[in-house]
Amino acid sequence: MTTRTMGEPIARREDPRLVAGDGRYLDDLGGGALAAAFVRSPHAAARVLDVDVSRALEVDGLVAVYTYEDLEGPMAEPLPLLIPHPRLHAGRTAYPLANGVVRHVGEPVAMVVARDRYLAEDACERIAVAYEPLAPVVGLDAAVAAERVVHDDVPDNVAARMVQEHGDARAAVAAAPHRLELDLTIERSASTPLEGRGVYARWDAADRSLRVYSSTQTSTSVRFALAVKLEVPVDRVEVVAPDVGGGFGVKIMHPWPEEVLVPWAAIRLGREVKWTEDRREHFIASAHERGQRHHVSVGFDDDGRLLGLDVEFLHDNGAYTPYGIIVPIITATQLLGPYKPGAYRAEFRSLYTNTVIVTPYRGAGRPQAAFAMERTMDAIAAYLGRDRAEVRETNFIQPSEMPYDHHLTFQDGRPLVYDSGDYPATLDKVKKLVGWDEFGTFREQARAAGRRVGIGLACYVEGTGVGPYEGAHVRVETNGTVVVATGLTTQGQGHETAFAQVAAEALGVPVERVTVVTGDTRRFKYAVGTFASRAAVMSGNAVALAAGKVRAKALRIAAEALEADPADLELADGTVRVKGAPERELALETVAVLANPLRYAFDEQARLATQFVVGRGVEDPPVAEDDEPGLEATDWYSPVRSTFANGAHAVVVETDPETAEVRILRYCVVHDCGRLINPRIVEGQVHGGVAQGVGGALYERMVYDENGQLLNASFMDFLMPYASEVPKVETDHLETPSPLNPLGIKGAGEAGTIPGAAVLAAAISDAEGFFLDTMPISPSELWALREHHARKDDR
Amino acid sequence: MSEPLHETHLVVNGVPHTVAVPARRLLSDCLRHDLGLTGTHVGCEHGVCGACTVLVDGRPMRSCLLFAVGMDGAEITTVEGCRSAGGGLGPVQQAFQDCHGLQCGFCTPGFVTTITAYLGEHPDPTEEQARQAIGGNLCRCTGYQNIVASVLRAAEILREPEGSGEPQGGAPVSSP
Repeated sequence: MTTRTMGEPIARREDPRLVAGDGRYLDDLGGGALAAAFVRSPHAAARVLDVDVSRALEVDGLVAVYTYEDLEGPMAEPLPLLIPHPRLHAGRTAYPLANGVVRHVGEPVAMVVARDRYLAEDACERIAVAYEPLAPVVGLDAAVAAERVVHDDVPDNVAARMVQEHGDARAAVAAAPHRLELDLTIERSASTPLEGRGVYARWDAADRSLRVYSSTQTSTSVRFALAVKLEVPVDRVEVVAPDVGGGFGVKIMHPWPEEVLVPWAAIRLGREVKWTEDRREHFIASAHERGQRHHVSVGFDDDGRLLGLDVEFLHDNGAYTPYGIIVPIITATQLLGPYKPGAYRAEFRSLYTNTVIVTPYRGAGRPQAAFAMERTMDAIAAYLGRDRAEVRETNFIQPSEMPYDHHLTFQDGRPLVYDSGDYPATLDKVKKLVGWDEFGTFREQARAAGRRVGIGLACYVEGTGVGPYEGAHVRVETNGTVVVATGLTTQGQGHETAFAQVAAEALGVPVERVTVVTGDTRRFKYAVGTFASRAAVMSGNAVALAAGKVRAKALRIAAEALEADPADLELADGTVRVKGAPERELALETVAVLANPLRYAFDEQARLATQFVVGRGVEDPPVAEDDEPGLEATDWYSPVRSTFANGAHAVVVETDPETAEVRILRYCVVHDCGRLINPRIVEGQVHGGVAQGVGGALYERMVYDENGQLLNASFMDFLMPYASEVPKVETDHLETPSPLNPLGIKGAGEAGTIPGAAVLAAAISDAEGFFLDTMPISPSELWALREHHARKDDR
Repeated sequence: MSEPLHETHLVVNGVPHTVAVPARRLLSDCLRHDLGLTGTHVGCEHGVCGACTVLVDGRPMRSCLLFAVGMDGAEITTVEGCRSAGGGLGPVQQAFQDCHGLQCGFCTPGFVTTITAYLGEHPDPTEEQARQAIGGNLCRCTGYQNIVASVLRAAEILREPEGSGEPQGGAPVSSP
């Protein structure tokens, strides 16, 4: 009997090296490499008149200085627009180094390569750039007004405009018995992984080959991008994502200017070159997300049932659009959450501003979507004087209505069809967990003690596991070790453990025998990447399929050796046995030996497989025509469409009557991500997601001034939650398997973050007695709102 | 325009080293790039995130805010020195694995050193005290839930009598 491994909360296999300080993150590699540093624009918008490098040349240890003038061929062209979309009518991307114009603070203007980072930065300080500053476009109002433009050839600052509609939403709203209009805003935030970006490149001049290590969420795509940009045959390029210190979305963006420039310099110099991003660079030169303003028109009946929902929103995409319009498309489609909207219309404009680019950050448009939808639900409940949970229940898609077609197009270009989920049961569980129905009593007790408390609720549905595909290779070595390789990357999600569990279960071996490699194009060349809560769904299923093929091959080979029918064999605990005749068995390592008929005996195991020991009949080729040597297989998982996870959060907050400080008393999560591979890892993902949701609701924002300067570009001023700010997270879960994939799993990575702003806005509103329409909210802002509402009440 | 170097003596994880460093070289860079002890991570280089925390004469300090040259004669413990005497995982490190106290692992070395020092003085913390003990270190992955649990678990391992079956649960390597 094989010990079950799928679904077990086993300890992570990657932990011993990481806790001991033996991890290999980007900057831990390349000890002897030259260091790169960048001169970056201090202006949000400016013409670059001159770059004078002469004083930098005096710096001891300087190796090279590069400006745009040094770039040639594809390197002198704009970086790729990764996700073109027909509605992105004015997509623009940056040059690797500024070509006469800079469009945000932090845009790279020159690259320096020196013996070490200190010297490289010395040289950067000595490079004199003459700028002609221009008045920048900062914030959505300025972008819409278009009195100034970010790109001369985009006169209205509009990069994209898109409408999705099912039914006649405007007519439905107009005809509804009740109508509400809401303006709902979410500010900018960012992923801010503890490890920033980094690139380390080694050019082998004799071999004409390039190896690049990048702290990326997609090594396979970086490889293709580098081959194009550097004009090196793709076969001569390998990209490795080493241990990566967190991603949360920002590292799916690629190729970064630095990511092409560092290997380019390594080739030109014939030396190893490395760049490790510092924290300020990460704030001003990587990517942000979340800045959106939504106008909601909703029509509903006396029960709060939606009849029409019309949402228009503005999306601030920053200075360039290399990652397309994925974020607002996700908002427009995921806004509906677990509800039937009646007729629905969503229209957005994606606008240029002179700020850092916007690419997905954990949740990727969904936190804004959940905020818009859930605040609308709360507003309907308040308007009708009904319980907020009841209004939600009234609008839920029922389990019996699955699969449910919204008649919209999702971010992957495929129909937005929910595969499964039990939304009423999810809400029921979270109500029980938080004590929704008993809260009134607590509120009265608290009020009697002079305390102000409130409760909030927010539901969400998350499309996870988007395609197009992932693959996996599984091989049984002749020592019995099972090696799994998959192309997508890992940034802390425990893939070495989870994929080992999947392979162990599918193959029938103890999990300890399985090792997993991710994100290394030397080991697996075709993959998409880690984003959109897709790794477990995509590579998990690919690993299961590949391991299943290996298992079938092992049974076939063993059947020949044991002279049995494959159907009579079982493979468990790493041994093939004839069912009911346990004495007739073959260890999997022996099967691996038999799978590879050899000429040369280089060890004892190989001796067992030489042509005089094993082999088919002398009239047959040693390897059959339809077979391959080795006990290994590759397989792929490519879904027809995404699978949809869901959940509900409920929180209880207390607001300080004097200081307006918000304290979270309870944070309850119910989530449903289908079948779990490792509940402990999923739980950890939920915890981390909640922390980012809380941060985004109460603390984190990017503060740009009118000049386009990011005022809080450090961990001193951008307030990420410490342990003191994250409440204890109480969780419960459902397991509604996905019918779309063999393992029945749905993604879990982003879920915890999605309803954070919505649920905290709801709870704070409930405590304060007025409606919050903008998040995040600081104590001083809440205090000012109190004053505002008190004055309004006085009038 | 080359910089003068300063001979500096450091005892790191019990091993004496002599390095010649420019006056401005950070202790974090010296440990990582001069001594090859890359377990100490740099997350912000302005003393906020705590990933670079090492023990200087037993006290947790941010190595990104210290100059190596100023550490002449100091005894320094990094995450690599928080292993058990036998070379296996030390009690705090073991607790992190037991409790799933890490995800990407980048901040973990700073937590391990901080908690090692804390438990040396507070062997039996409450959950609230454990939360306060880690209140100066940033983690972006875990939401801290399982790091708090790891502090409590490490205290439990440290209180277990020697050789009671915990894997390599000996005292952390500290300066001799």
